[in-house]
Amino acid sequence: MSSIAKKKGFGASVWDYLTTVDHKKIAILYLAAGGLFFVIGGIEAMLIRIQLAKPDNDFVSAGLFNEIITMHGTTMIFLAAMPILFGFMNAVMPLQIGARDVAFPFLNALGFWLFLFGGIFLNLSWFMGGAPDAGWTSYASLSLASPGHGIDFYALGLQISGAGTYIGGINFLVTIINMRAPGMTYMRMPLMTWTTFVASALILFAFPPLTIGLFFLILDRMFGANFFDHTMGGNTIIWEHLFWIFGHPEVYILILPAFGIFSEIFALFSRKRLFGYSSMVFATVLIGFLGFMVWAHHMFTVGLGPTANAIFAVATMAIAVPTGMKIFNWLLTIWGGSIKVTVPMLYALGFIPSFVAGGVTGVMQAAAPLDYQLHDSYFIVAHFHYVIVGGVVLAILAALHLYWPLMFNQMLSEKLGKWTFWFFFIGFHMTFFIQHFLGLMGMPRRVFTFRADQGWDLFNLISSIGAVFMAIGVIILVINIIITVAKNVPVGNDPWEDGRTLEWAIPQPVPFYNFKQTPLVRGLDTFWIEKQEGNKEGMTYAEPISDIHMPNNSFIPFVMTVGLFVAAFGALYNGEKTWAVPVLVLGLAITLLSMAVRSLKDDHGYHIHKEDLMNEKGGK
Amino acid sequence: MNTTMKEGFDLAMMKGLKKWRLFSLLAALTIFLSGCGEEYLSTLTPAGQVGRDQYNLLLLSSAIMALVILVVVIIYVLALVKFRRSKVGENVIPKQVEGSHTLEIIWTVIPIILLLILAVPTVAYTYKHADVAGMSEVNEEGNKTAVTVNVTAKLYWWEFEYPDLGIVTAQELVVPTNEKVYFNLKAADVKHSFWIPTAGGKMDTNVENVNQFYLEFDKESAGLKDGVFYGKCAELCGPSHALMDFKVKTLDRKDFDAWVESAKSTEHVAQGDLATQGEEIFNTSCIACHATSAAGTAGSMGPNLGTFGDRNRVAGFMDHDKENLKAWINDPQSYKPGNVMPQPEAINNGDKFSEEQLDALAEYLMGLSVEK
Repeated sequence: MSSIAKKKGFGASVWDYLTTVDHKKIAILYLAAGGLFFVIGGIEAMLIRIQLAKPDNDFVSAGLFNEIITMHGTTMIFLAAMPILFGFMNAVMPLQIGARDVAFPFLNALGFWLFLFGGIFLNLSWFMGGAPDAGWTSYASLSLASPGHGIDFYALGLQISGAGTYIGGINFLVTIINMRAPGMTYMRMPLMTWTTFVASALILFAFPPLTIGLFFLILDRMFGANFFDHTMGGNTIIWEHLFWIFGHPEVYILILPAFGIFSEIFALFSRKRLFGYSSMVFATVLIGFLGFMVWAHHMFTVGLGPTANAIFAVATMAIAVPTGMKIFNWLLTIWGGSIKVTVPMLYALGFIPSFVAGGVTGVMQAAAPLDYQLHDSYFIVAHFHYVIVGGVVLAILAALHLYWPLMFNQMLSEKLGKWTFWFFFIGFHMTFFIQHFLGLMGMPRRVFTFRADQGWDLFNLISSIGAVFMAIGVIILVINIIITVAKNVPVGNDPWEDGRTLEWAIPQPVPFYNFKQTPLVRGLDTFWIEKQEGNKEGMTYAEPISDIHMPNNSFIPFVMTVGLFVAAFGALYNGEKTWAVPVLVLGLAITLLSMAVRSLKDDHGYHIHKEDLMNEKGGK
Repeated sequence: MNTTMKEGFDLAMMKGLKKWRLFSLLAALTIFLSGCGEEYLSTLTPAGQVGRDQYNLLLLSSAIMALVILVVVIIYVLALVKFRRSKVGENVIPKQVEGSHTLEIIWTVIPIILLLILAVPTVAYTYKHADVAGMSEVNEEGNKTAVTVNVTAKLYWWEFEYPDLGIVTAQELVVPTNEKVYFNLKAADVKHSFWIPTAGGKMDTNVENVNQFYLEFDKESAGLKDGVFYGKCAELCGPSHALMDFKVKTLDRKDFDAWVESAKSTEHVAQGDLATQGEEIFNTSCIACHATSAAGTAGSMGPNLGTFGDRNRVAGFMDHDKENLKAWINDPQSYKPGNVMPQPEAINNGDKFSEEQLDALAEYLMGLSVEK
């Protein structure tokens, strides 16, 4: 029997995805799950804008509104933006560096399932007594005072999905350090890989503070500890520090991969080498480093004193320098190039002015005394939507079009894609530009309603209309995806014709072992070099065809995660239901047992034999 | 390479920070921005030195940032116009430029200079606005020279205590104009944030420590639409966060001193039968939480009502009339979800207040004035 033979059928496919350790399939899982949460978060956003479309509105109640804003922020950051980016990293990075998979395929699957079950747990709060309502920042005094189980769902759900992210980050780091193909030196890695690398390093250092903060919160709320209770010697400001020591790098964990995606797009669709490659790499690393030095700029009004505020103000301003370098490098990349305005390029071109606008308002808020006015007003809401939607979401939508042919061997409709872009782009600026002024006009953020006598009515209405435009854009995108999948027209490799990096050189559909022979990388933009030299295959090989060692699929990551999911319910109802502790123990036992099975049972994987590879022409 | 070098120098020319350009930009911005918002609420119409400093910083940073945006947009548009594939030719392979050290240096150094221009006033104002040394200054007689207000934020109302003057009030802050007013800020339950947009930036009220800052008010509020500046809670504090408003009345020093005297000495006497009846109901049901004399100290369960008749809003956000007052008393939870005022059933023998009782209460409460 051939070692490449595959089972078919729907049940077999489901089982395949439940047990897969293939980075390409895990990428699809991330994309699908992240996309679903993106839609949920988007619906929450629409509810917010409906409520605020007119003054004194009673579309949703005060308490429900707080639940919606909390879940909107948490969902979009943790369950939509990050996982979708993880999907693209998974799909692209191993192919870009010439690897057959990530370093730890088993952990890759575990990371995904942890994220998914954490996200599901968090969203179950809607049906089990109410969602968290203390904002995505969940500041301690309010989160401790919050009645019901909403905050418990938040703390436990994020803890589980955070573990998944952390595992994923480590996996990417090890992959990039160890699994680059011969000749793929650090300074030949494409920017998408570089930003994955730096973002993963940020995850490595940024998630532990969040984990600690969440454990404190879990212990305080469910097990009677007093880390944040000031009447018992605790301190709420500690939560703010822990949260933002994580929270600020988190912003860069999101935006750096976006920078990577746009760097790829600008070079590809300008048919030109990325301008100032080494300074782009330097800027990426520097942004990652500085990202840990500025967390207290989220806390200028907490009362840390003028010295702390002044230091953090100046440190924050410093980040503008490497970010500015990147903007100018992108501009100089398209300068003198041959610009083809495809949908991904359209997003990249839309990104520049949007992100610059978001960046400069960031510098304005770095000026601490000015931030005393802007903090917690609608100005900050406008600012972070400009960087996150104008940066990260535009990157995600761009990457969706750019990498769809790589992931699915199909092309999303360019025509519908342009419709989506214009609706989304215009809607985005309409929604958020005007919010800068609402903030300056004295409107605080996170208000469930506002009175008519404050001069905010018109701007809020305009903002809500903009949100409708964005929603229409997303709906068109969903239609586009459905049509494309239904048509299923294969496009082959290098569909954009000007591909520069290794992932475009691989035959389509990408074989499950990625590279029949490990490629030899001969420079930056290795595929481009081969094409320029007339190499039809697009690759030079570093080895003859030989047996390939592959990992076996495994159901253990799924079971391990289910254990934690069950345990979370035990923790949640601790002290309230008699079955809580047994369930907690049972859940942890499932997880520990599956870990033991994984450790004790040797799984050596299998080999694809040389003879089978010779006959194989590609295919999944 | 030469073309990019030339572009680089053009770029440097464009970025040249010409003073006249900055000033005209500033002037245009001022005019544009001051058209935004209401003068009792907007940060763009500052009514005191702190707010004005911050507004100036807004103008300066906006101008610098507008300059940056301008440069980016010019390069961006030119590139888009000149280098479209339709212009360049379908099969042209552009020169694969590696980069340019000159340009790298230019776009590193110029932003650093721009940021330094912004950093200097930023650091200066950060220290200036945190300077509360004047709080403890005393005159020859040993009295504090400046007015200090102890602000306590509670779910969802504000308590203002004047420790040196021996008075306490709620929901409506009364301050003198043209001098620094110092604030001690604290929260009694969960974190809130104290913000008077026209006067200056916000400061959080933490649960575990007292924050201090000062504000100045150089405009009397009497001429404003409602006769008050608006104040806001800026930190999410629960369901009724959006309704946790307060108002600020600014008086010149003479009027302020008169107000203080009146607040300290006024003994409220119910006027007329209805009000007297209301006072009786109040003394049975409400007095446990609400004091009716502004002379006193902070720490009561509910807002001090000693100046209630002079106020601008019922419950901080509803129009100040008897109908709203009656509606509020009979169902506070539905108006301000999550607030800690008991429902009428809890304080009135298990019943809602009757219409007559409400009329009496409203009559009495509206009469609690120190200004008339």
